[in-house]
Amino acid sequence: MAPPPPNNGRRTDRQGWHMSEFLQFLFSGITVGSVYALVALGFILIFNASGVVNFAQGEFVMLGGMITYFTYAAGVPLAAAAVFAIVVTCVVGVALNKLAIEPARGASVVALIIITIGASIFLRGLAQVVFDKQLHRFPSISGDDPIAIGGATILPQSLWIVGGALAAFLALYLFFARTLTGKAVVATANNKLAAQLVGIGTNNMMTLSFALAAAVGALGGVLMTPITLTSYDVGLTLALKGFAGAILGGMGSPFGALVGGLLVGLIEAMTAGYISSEYKDAVAFIVILLVLFVMPNGLFGRSALERV
Amino acid sequence: MSGLSVRTATLLALALIVVLAPVLFPSSFYYRVGALIFVNGLATMGLVILVGYAGQVSLGHAGFVGIGAYACALGPVYLGLPQILCVVLGAAISALLAFLVGRPILKLKAHYLAVATLGLGILIYMVIYNEGWLTGGPDGMDVQPLGVRELLKDYGIKVGSSELWYWISGVVLLVGAFVALNLHNSPAGRALRSLHDSEVAASTIGIDVARMKLTAFVISSVYASVAGSQVALMNRFVTPDVAGFIHSVELLTMAVLGGAASVMGAVVGATILTALPQVLTVFEDFEHVLLGLIMMLVMIFLREGLVPSLARRMRRSVS
Repeated sequence: MAPPPPNNGRRTDRQGWHMSEFLQFLFSGITVGSVYALVALGFILIFNASGVVNFAQGEFVMLGGMITYFTYAAGVPLAAAAVFAIVVTCVVGVALNKLAIEPARGASVVALIIITIGASIFLRGLAQVVFDKQLHRFPSISGDDPIAIGGATILPQSLWIVGGALAAFLALYLFFARTLTGKAVVATANNKLAAQLVGIGTNNMMTLSFALAAAVGALGGVLMTPITLTSYDVGLTLALKGFAGAILGGMGSPFGALVGGLLVGLIEAMTAGYISSEYKDAVAFIVILLVLFVMPNGLFGRSALERV
Repeated sequence: MSGLSVRTATLLALALIVVLAPVLFPSSFYYRVGALIFVNGLATMGLVILVGYAGQVSLGHAGFVGIGAYACALGPVYLGLPQILCVVLGAAISALLAFLVGRPILKLKAHYLAVATLGLGILIYMVIYNEGWLTGGPDGMDVQPLGVRELLKDYGIKVGSSELWYWISGVVLLVGAFVALNLHNSPAGRALRSLHDSEVAASTIGIDVARMKLTAFVISSVYASVAGSQVALMNRFVTPDVAGFIHSVELLTMAVLGGAASVMGAVVGATILTALPQVLTVFEDFEHVLLGLIMMLVMIFLREGLVPSLARRMRRSVS
């Protein structure tokens, strides 16, 4: 996904294994992996609170990048444009919950899957009409001079992406563990009826998780666009890779999502580097399938019994 | 439905539509749209068996459509096979792939199954897209004709391509409907439909759940593959998009729009979603917006789909 930085001093013979080459793949893996981690965090936020797998999660990332670009292009300072994009995406997330998920209460899982896929295609189609079909990028936060480490290079923006993923993880972790509202979301996820009985407004909790998931996704879009570029149709691939990360992490804790997303990014970068760049996108699916067959609860998930 | 079973009624209605619709066609363009509707209807019927009967979702069915289409593109060139055998070969490859992949994949539930099938579809798409030396890659490739028109010409019968494909796809659709309707009322079909409500309950009364799901998956892959072969032969050209994710979603939307458990619904859903872009060419840019909107609205307000909802309303007003 990330274009390889300029070839400064990197040895080009492909006879043997080179530390610098490996480092380069490692950096690119951590960069894309952090984006996937942000998507995975959004997934589990909504999944935990409502049991809905939101296939439109990737569209939040797309919206974050696209809205920032077009607001910035209209003359608004970059930081303000980014904040604006995140807020608008939050509103979209809340609207998705209020207009499409809540009215379908009691629907089967298959129906909910179709609804969120429909939402994903709707948002992607809308972006195509409202914005355009071009690739876009806006300036990096700290410029584009690569930083050399051990014969490889990393872009400053990569550090921002990694920092963003870590910050989002930390914020969510503290939110769930330390705040009353966060605990109410966890309670809603565990047992909706019981949560209602102790006075938690479970509907509000669901709306809150959609807003948070949208914000985390949009943040990913804002951070990744200077490196990976964005367009109306980037959402689906990101959603799938984020989902692969979430499944790998066990579909539960923010920590699992963070590690899962990073691992998917790393495996993908190594595949692109050492095996085939054409089939790097296949990696996410192979990860999904392997995890589901070999360890259905992921790395950190708990096994659940099916209630009949 | 006095005296007339749903099966006979549906088959009769479909046959009448196929035979009588051309009366209203002012030009051969309409035959082409009709043929596209029948082909999409066939692929959608496969999903009726999988989604409607067995309650398993697939977001990668266009992958099988792609296999059927590319079998007809590649078979004559690389194996020297006649097209009719290529259709069979495509169906056989699709069935084999569905059989091999289906067993592990169908163990998964709900959204995990959705993602796994989606991954399968995208993997097939990726192979077609990336292996340009074989498939022409994103540029697509030409498809040799079926040869029926030349054969008819030898007998002095001249028929346009669109007209010919209208009748071929119409007959294939009727055969597909016949099989799907028979399956609905057979012991195997009842076993399938019992999975839809509760797999646990089905297994406690002795139904081999895994085997039934696999059967539905394999059958539906054959429907999709034959539909893909027909599209390739009709257009005389294929591109990787035929196997793409959006196509998978379109097929699924056709199924749920008409009524996922209804054979007639498959045709109704295919008709609406195939004809809509032809009628509303002004809205070409809004195609995805509309598709997404239809998916959400149907699932929120019309969960059973058009045909079963209307049938219920009619029954209520009669009684």
